Amino acid sequence: MTRLLAVAWKELVQLRRDRMTFGMMVGIPVMQLLLFGFAINNDVRHMPTLVYDQDQSAETRDFVQRLVVTGFYDVVGQVHDYDEIARAMREGKAHVAVVLPPRFGETLRSGKGAHAQLVVDGSDPQTVASATNTAVSLALTRSVELSMQSLSMRGQPLRPQPLSIEPTTWYNPELKTAIYVVPGLVGVILTMTMIMFTAMAVVRERERGTLEQLIVSPVGRVELVVGKILPYIGIGYIQMTLILLVGRLIFHVPLQGSLPLLYALASAFIAANLALGLFFSTVAQTQQQAMQMSFFWLLPNILLSGFMFPYEGMPPFAQGLATILPLTHFLRIVRGITLKGATFTEVQGEFVQLLIILGVLLVLTATRFSKKLG
Amino acid sequence: MSEASVIVADHLSRRFGALWAVRDVSLEVKRGEIFGVLGPNGAGKSTTIRMLCGILDPSGGKGTVVGYDVASQSERIKQNIGYMTQRFSLYEDLTVGENLRFYASIYGVPSRERKARIQEVLSSTGLDERRNQLAGTLSGGWKQRVALASSTIHRPPLLFLDEPTAGVDPVSRRQFWDQIHRISAEGTTVLVTTHYMDEAERCHRLAFIFRGELLATGTPMQIVEQRRLQVLELEAEPSLEAAARLRQLSGVEEVNHFGHVMRVALRDISNAEQLVRSTLSEAGIAVQRCDNVRPNVEDAFVSMVREDEALRSQAQSKAAA
Repeated sequence: MTRLLAVAWKELVQLRRDRMTFGMMVGIPVMQLLLFGFAINNDVRHMPTLVYDQDQSAETRDFVQRLVVTGFYDVVGQVHDYDEIARAMREGKAHVAVVLPPRFGETLRSGKGAHAQLVVDGSDPQTVASATNTAVSLALTRSVELSMQSLSMRGQPLRPQPLSIEPTTWYNPELKTAIYVVPGLVGVILTMTMIMFTAMAVVRERERGTLEQLIVSPVGRVELVVGKILPYIGIGYIQMTLILLVGRLIFHVPLQGSLPLLYALASAFIAANLALGLFFSTVAQTQQQAMQMSFFWLLPNILLSGFMFPYEGMPPFAQGLATILPLTHFLRIVRGITLKGATFTEVQGEFVQLLIILGVLLVLTATRFSKKLG
Repeated sequence: MSEASVIVADHLSRRFGALWAVRDVSLEVKRGEIFGVLGPNGAGKSTTIRMLCGILDPSGGKGTVVGYDVASQSERIKQNIGYMTQRFSLYEDLTVGENLRFYASIYGVPSRERKARIQEVLSSTGLDERRNQLAGTLSGGWKQRVALASSTIHRPPLLFLDEPTAGVDPVSRRQFWDQIHRISAEGTTVLVTTHYMDEAERCHRLAFIFRGELLATGTPMQIVEQRRLQVLELEAEPSLEAAARLRQLSGVEEVNHFGHVMRVALRDISNAEQLVRSTLSEAGIAVQRCDNVRPNVEDAFVSMVREDEALRSQAQSKAAA
């Protein structure tokens, strides 16, 4: 125990002297939080929109006005042919164009079906979805309104709409990206820092020759490993607290569930990442390699874990890969607890899977991390 | 194993792939000795030490260190030894005092005694004023002192020093050796590797390793005497021609120039001085001075290496034929 604490104490003193690393441990979470929280927004609004109005009637002006009111389209100009639309899209000045054909108003007034065209820049799929969905549903609502009007004018009794759907979004009613992203960010940042710092802490000793000095000392393998990662567990919790706190203060991310439960379950996730970091340290020969491996690991985590793209949308192969990533399970736990107020029984399935991954990683690392040379 | 032997190696061998780094090394180190392991770089000195410390498993042979088996009881060995490597490997971002405190805890110095022990080591090595200095900012000689202080903080019965003075200036090296003798006088057995021949003469006993094999063991004097060398210091003009003539003589092992003086090593010759004088005067070379001097460890080792290489090339040409 004395030896274990001596190793942990030494690690802390070294950490305190290394201003750069220390700054990164606080700087990375805060910077990422602000970047992801403010900059990333899947909810596309205010798309620059062109209007190609070949009718110039009251009806066309009314339709365009209704589009603008939704908040999704900002009219940035009027054009007079398709070439102009194409040019504006290539220049990136517009992503959407509304084309209203001649006699649009007249057709509408006569009660026949009038067609408007929506041209969307498909180079950004997210824009396409938002732009078309909004316009289509607007057209639909307007159609129903117009039908009702004509019916009532003919003196027919108004019947309620035969089928309607009332969408209700739970847990994040305003669909704020920050609320979705911040809890996930806890997992991403822990993945990054826990793996990188432990891997580098061990490799640094090997590079400087101090590892050999430790290997010939009576310090045991477990004392060495646990002593070295103990300070980093503390740092993991500090980072987690920092992210949740800043998320709360700046982005008003709620905490519906139990904070102690979250901290307790996070221990398995932190341990899994530390074990992985140690495993990397047995493979990497230099600190640079350790860092590269950490980043290499981070990329699939961000893409597959469900942090950025929904798990349900991935093909079965990618889903299989995602299941072996600790982050996938931790994301479900952290989102469940913070946003939905999940209890232990409701997330225990994910927790068990996390424990299985942790077990495999520990066995893997223990067999590779030997106290002998060569 | 006799009670007095701290290290016993019995045909200790280690192979890396197809290469034998150490082969059939057998030696015995007695309690309280300063035992030197000599040999050129890459001879297998470090590999031998690592096997004796229990951090590298032998591929063959047996070893006992402080009474424990090197292959199966390495953790027991580690509690009873100090180890200092050629590459100064203490924590450069910790202060001198912090390094000592860390190693004291790691080596299980009880917390009650720790402070006093650290203070004692600091004073005896003259590190008192530098206890709050970062180890990375010390000069080479001071670093060696901190490393030595750290590896002896737990008063180990046995201390391994792997090329402790590599790259250290001559004055610091002497001071370092004074420390080694002080530690030895306190009852610690010391095994030290080096390739400095002047350091070899400061050891009680020596082992010479070349190409992974043990060529000789004994006191410095025994090793020199076993070679039956005669060494002459010679001043002759023209010196290059004199050297060329002498090298052709059978029995002359080596001729080296040291400024104006030549050092001539001969083996198995009854009257070396006479032979040299007569050879040179026949060639019309004037001899200003020709004195018998005492052969040293370096002469003995160079002679052994030459013999070993000659035997090897003979064996090779035989194999080729």
